[in-house]
Amino acid sequence: MAMSPTGVNRLVKPVCNPNRRECQGERLTESNDASGSMASTPAESDLLVTLQLNSNPEALCLVRAAVGRATELLHFQDRECRAIVRSVDEALANVIRHAYQGKNGLPIEVTCRKWQGNDNGSPTAGLEIVLLDSGIALDPASLQGRELDDIRPGGLGLHFIKQSMDQVEFSRNHGKNQLRMIKYLVPATAQAKPEGE
Amino acid sequence: MQIAARSSEGYTILDISGDIDLAHSPQMRKALLGEIKEKRIPKVFLNLKNVRYIDSSGIASLVEGLKASRDVGSRLILYSLSNNVREVMQLSRLQKIFEIFDDEQQALAS
Repeated sequence: MAMSPTGVNRLVKPVCNPNRRECQGERLTESNDASGSMASTPAESDLLVTLQLNSNPEALCLVRAAVGRATELLHFQDRECRAIVRSVDEALANVIRHAYQGKNGLPIEVTCRKWQGNDNGSPTAGLEIVLLDSGIALDPASLQGRELDDIRPGGLGLHFIKQSMDQVEFSRNHGKNQLRMIKYLVPATAQAKPEGE
Repeated sequence: MQIAARSSEGYTILDISGDIDLAHSPQMRKALLGEIKEKRIPKVFLNLKNVRYIDSSGIASLVEGLKASRDVGSRLILYSLSNNVREVMQLSRLQKIFEIFDDEQQALAS
C-alpha cells in the first residue's frame, strides 16, 4: 500500500459513536482526507506532558507510568486507562522493533494533550497521544496486524491499538514517523460492556 | 520482572511477578521453554497473580510456550490471571486456547 497523497494513513477511522464496541474490527484504511476530526490543532489542545526517551525497552515502564497518570488526570475509567497505556506501550515497542530495527539509544518523543474535537458533529473531549521517531519509513501495509484466528506468536500489537483507540493515524513528514492516537472520554454512564465479553 | 521456580514430581510452577514487556519477555520465554523443551517437564504452571502488565511480546512468548508444550506432549497451564493479563488474553482471543484456572488449587487438581 502506498502512502496517501496527504502523507496520512488512517489506521482506525473516526467512529460514529464513541462506544468502543463499534470501533472493533476496523481495518487499515488509507485516507486522502486529513480534514476529519483528527485535525484538531495544538491551539485547541492542552499539553499534559512531553517525554523524550531513547529506544531502550527498559524505558517503556517509565512511559507507561506517565501515560497512566495522564489518563487518571482526565478521569478515564480504569479499564480505559489500561487500554490507553497498552496502546502507547505497543506503539513504542513497534517503533523500537521496526522503525529502529531493535537499535537502542535512538530518539522517540511522546506527547500527551487534552483533546477537544468533534465526533460525528458532537463536541467530544479526550486524550491525544503523538509518537514521533526518526526511524525508517514504515510500509503501511506492514501495519495490518494479523488475523486473530491465526494462532501464532507476534502481530498482536497493532490489533491492541486498533481495539483500544478511537482514532489512529500514521504519517511520515520531514523524515519522521508520526503516530497520532486519540481516545474519547466517554462518561461512565455511557460505557460499553467490557471488551471481549 | 522476577521469576521463581517451584518444582515437584512431574511439574514445575513458575511464579512470575512484575511487568512482562518488551524488555523482559525474553527472560520469561527462556524460562518457559527451558522447562518445556529442555527439561521436558510434563506439566508447567504459570502463576500470573503478581503480573501487573503484559504486552504483545509477552503474549507471543506464551503462545510459543504453548506450541512447544503441544510439540512435546506436555501441558502449559496458567492460573491467577490479573485483570491486565485477563484483558489482554480476551483482546487476543486466546483465553480459550490456553488452559486457565482461577487459582493454584484448581490448577494443580486439573
